[in-house]
Amino acid sequence: MVVANSPAGTPTPEISRIWDAIAEVMDPEIPVLSVVDLGIITDVELQPNGEVTVRMTPTFSGCPAIRLMEKQVKDAVEALGYAQVDVATNFDTTWSSNRISDKGREIIKNFGLAPPPKYKDQPDLNLLQHTACPHCNSENTTMKTPFGPTLCRSMHYCYDCLQAFEQFKPI
Amino acid sequence: MFDPKTTAALKKMLLVHADDHLILGHRNSEWTGLGPILEEDIAFSSIAQDKIGHALGLYSILHEHLGEADPDTVAFMRNEQEFFCAQLVEHPIGAYDFSLMRHFLFDHAAQFRFDAWSLSAYEPLAKLSRKIKGEIKYHVFHADSWVRQLATEGNEESKARMQSALNEVFPLALGLFESMESEALLTAAGITPSENELREKWLAHIDGLLTKWGLKLPDLRATQAILGGRQGYHTKYLQPLLEEMTEVFRVDPSAEW
Repeated sequence: MVVANSPAGTPTPEISRIWDAIAEVMDPEIPVLSVVDLGIITDVELQPNGEVTVRMTPTFSGCPAIRLMEKQVKDAVEALGYAQVDVATNFDTTWSSNRISDKGREIIKNFGLAPPPKYKDQPDLNLLQHTACPHCNSENTTMKTPFGPTLCRSMHYCYDCLQAFEQFKPI
Repeated sequence: MFDPKTTAALKKMLLVHADDHLILGHRNSEWTGLGPILEEDIAFSSIAQDKIGHALGLYSILHEHLGEADPDTVAFMRNEQEFFCAQLVEHPIGAYDFSLMRHFLFDHAAQFRFDAWSLSAYEPLAKLSRKIKGEIKYHVFHADSWVRQLATEGNEESKARMQSALNEVFPLALGLFESMESEALLTAAGITPSENELREKWLAHIDGLLTKWGLKLPDLRATQAILGGRQGYHTKYLQPLLEEMTEVFRVDPSAEW
């Protein structure tokens, strides 16, 4: 059962069921990583009259996938039989890469991307220069550019296994 | 929340900065496919996408909290005189040195602005700014790494080109801090620090970096800031950009995408 990032307190079985359904929705850019493990679902509310409100926060303010994910989340909750589902994206909770669950980090690494390091306060971007290679774990690496094929990735090169790799960058 | 005059000043301020980000985002996107190396092509394209995201965030506040039209209408249906971007962002991409120096000067300014706004008394702006801050860090990091390398690790030509780009872009970049009549209302309400305060912080910071890299910031007393953008006065470059940017939208504004 996935209840990561749910508000404090024990969720009711009904709320847990909604979280589980949302956890079936994948990030379209990393299609094995669920939106729950990504940490973009900030709140799920169920009213006594059966209305469901799901709140999301975008990873990047210019994320092109957010509308698609909103729709998929809405569809997933509606498939449980709820007729009135409202999915709203806002900046009330600021997403940071620290919101990615430990399971999510493992999934990102197995997908071939270096997961973002956890940080306190502010990420130190100089640490990106020696990101551990997701293929061979070597830190004998260099960053080629802090940008990549999607907004959330940077590009790196490993001098030991001679592979280019990408990192889900800390933000 | 605020009195009508302050609210009007707030709307103008949001529009000013949304326009800066929209237009610079459009310019940066013109590097897609043309970057001097593949990594720079990707970097400018990614930064463009972020900038347009930041513009969308600011236009969305105007729409959702302050009663203005939806972001697409505001972004694509105004004429040149109704845009309030600084002239800095309108200029064509030029050579890579011009675009890089514009990116460096603009993003350091944006960083100070969004840092300050993340503590704004206007909560929707504070929330958005806390998000944008983290993204701008990467823009600044990127700009710094290239200006530094070209000024200190390149050759005589790269160093000379960084200096001449700096001389050319600096008067335009000062236009980012053009003050508006209504500014005092905004500072009094705790919405934003004054343009002058932001400009002083920015100047001190970039002067420190540029000096360290052997570049010289032009003498402020001998520099005429290029102003007018905040009042709707623009260069000959803006109108053609708007025409290109809105061409598809204008074919059928009611189309669903």
